[in-house]
Amino acid sequence: MPPVRIVVWVVEGTWQGCVDAASHSLPSGAQVALLHVTPSDVAGVAEVATSGLLGRAFPGRRPTRSLQDVADEAASELLAAAAARLGRQDAELLHRRGRVEREVIRAVAEKVDLLVVARDGDHSRLGPHSLGPATRFVVDHAPCAVLLVWPDEPPGIESIPPAPRG
Amino acid sequence: MPSPIAESLAGLLLVATLVCAIVRPWGLPEALVAVPAAGLLLLLGVLPLSEAAAEARSLAPTIGFLAAVLLLATLSDRFGLFEAAGAWMATGSRGRPVTLLALVFAVASTVTAVLSLDATVVLLTPVVFATVARLRLRAKPHIYACTHLANSASLLLPVSNLTNLLAFSASGLSFARFGATMALPWLAAIAVEWLVLRRFFAADLIGHGEASPGPRRPVPVYACLVLGLTLLGFFVTSVFDVAPAFAALGGAVALGVPLLRSHRVTVRDVALALQVPFLAFVLALGLVVKALSLHGLGSLVTHLVPGGTSLGSLLLIAVVAAVLANLINNLPAVLLLLPAVAAAGPGPVLAVLIGVNTGPNLTYVGSLATLLWRRVLRQRGEELPISEFMRLGALTVPPVLVAATVALWVSLRLVG
Repeated sequence: MPPVRIVVWVVEGTWQGCVDAASHSLPSGAQVALLHVTPSDVAGVAEVATSGLLGRAFPGRRPTRSLQDVADEAASELLAAAAARLGRQDAELLHRRGRVEREVIRAVAEKVDLLVVARDGDHSRLGPHSLGPATRFVVDHAPCAVLLVWPDEPPGIESIPPAPRG
Repeated sequence: MPSPIAESLAGLLLVATLVCAIVRPWGLPEALVAVPAAGLLLLLGVLPLSEAAAEARSLAPTIGFLAAVLLLATLSDRFGLFEAAGAWMATGSRGRPVTLLALVFAVASTVTAVLSLDATVVLLTPVVFATVARLRLRAKPHIYACTHLANSASLLLPVSNLTNLLAFSASGLSFARFGATMALPWLAAIAVEWLVLRRFFAADLIGHGEASPGPRRPVPVYACLVLGLTLLGFFVTSVFDVAPAFAALGGAVALGVPLLRSHRVTVRDVALALQVPFLAFVLALGLVVKALSLHGLGSLVTHLVPGGTSLGSLLLIAVVAAVLANLINNLPAVLLLLPAVAAAGPGPVLAVLIGVNTGPNLTYVGSLATLLWRRVLRQRGEELPISEFMRLGALTVPPVLVAATVALWVSLRLVG
């Protein structure tokens, strides 16, 4: 029987909880890959603003590194930190760039048994829209089992609103 | 030349000027089309020489002021001001994304107000991007905060935005009175941006970043002191009826001399930082717009814009200005609108500024330019999240516009 293949989706802000949850529930002998997707549109937002200046481009202050380079470096460091936290130096590190939710689905499209995802969204507003749009998309479209974990303390059952009357 | 032909020609040249300024084919300076366009209009008599000379005379002090402010921002950067601000935000946030967003709001609003929106876009935004990456947080809310506040928080002072500088001379206000009148609208705009962005990006503002955010940077005390004194100078000069551009010049000299003496900048750096091609572009753009407004468009604009200072009139002026800024671009929009409102006093002029400064968050550079820019980005393998961008713009621009204009209306009654 081939080993179980698990992908852990690592995102800034919530990756620690996600990695910890994965390490608790890893079956022995599982193959682990850590996935990070750099959104391709954030640098675009910053750059469109410079176009609004109509050429007041501050010559002499060309950034030494493009925003994409900064993002790529940060992504590699994040993946390395996640591998160290997981304690699995043999984990495969997957760095993608593009539309986040679509890249995640693409990465788990084949031969993946489990995708570990941290919940995002506003935890103070639990309800139908409690997941962020990218996470919602991934949960809906992932062609494998999804383990959805709280990146921090799970809410108590007192977070359940009173049942509607009638 | 018959007026309709003259008007079409001037309109065509304005579009060519703007397209060239945004696309900058082969990296050529934006003045390359603007200056010949202005020259052609002069040569054909579409723009009479006397009108051109008058326009140039009225634009010259503004352009000088702009040059000094651009220099001030560049030199502050060389002192490490923005790197220090990044380190301060990283430490102060303690890895909490909402705290970081609040600090980005504070820094971006201050930088925009004092050193102009250019400084926020070109000098601060990359620093915020690097800070967020170092903290291992999600960049999007903070980057949007920078780009939005570069516009919305550019209401406070004449130096905060080139549009303000252009309107400043037309408004007849002193520097101090401009600032006093625009303080409330500025705060109102920032408050609305905060409320909307905080909600819009709630999904991204969660979790925890790194607690140890990298190396500390020393605060450039001297540069902060000079900037503080320059700011004070803006107000003091206005009391003594001296052009505040001299305060900016004084600040630039005070920052520039030690940098030059210690060879941290060269004379060439200073010359480049003055951005002479851009200054020529502003002048030429002013002339092209002048030609356009002489031939019909000016009177059309006058009909569109009400003259009074009632809340309704101010709102209508702000909306017209915002629409125009989104159709063409805020720079030509303000040049077109100023002659129509200048006679009605400072209230309508400041309402125009609220429109042209905060309106661009909808399409940023004007709709034409946004479309062009999208293509440029695609060629580089990047994309502009156009629907998200516009959705956030649609959620922020109308309430910011209304809140800031109501605040202006209150302010005009308080400050007078």
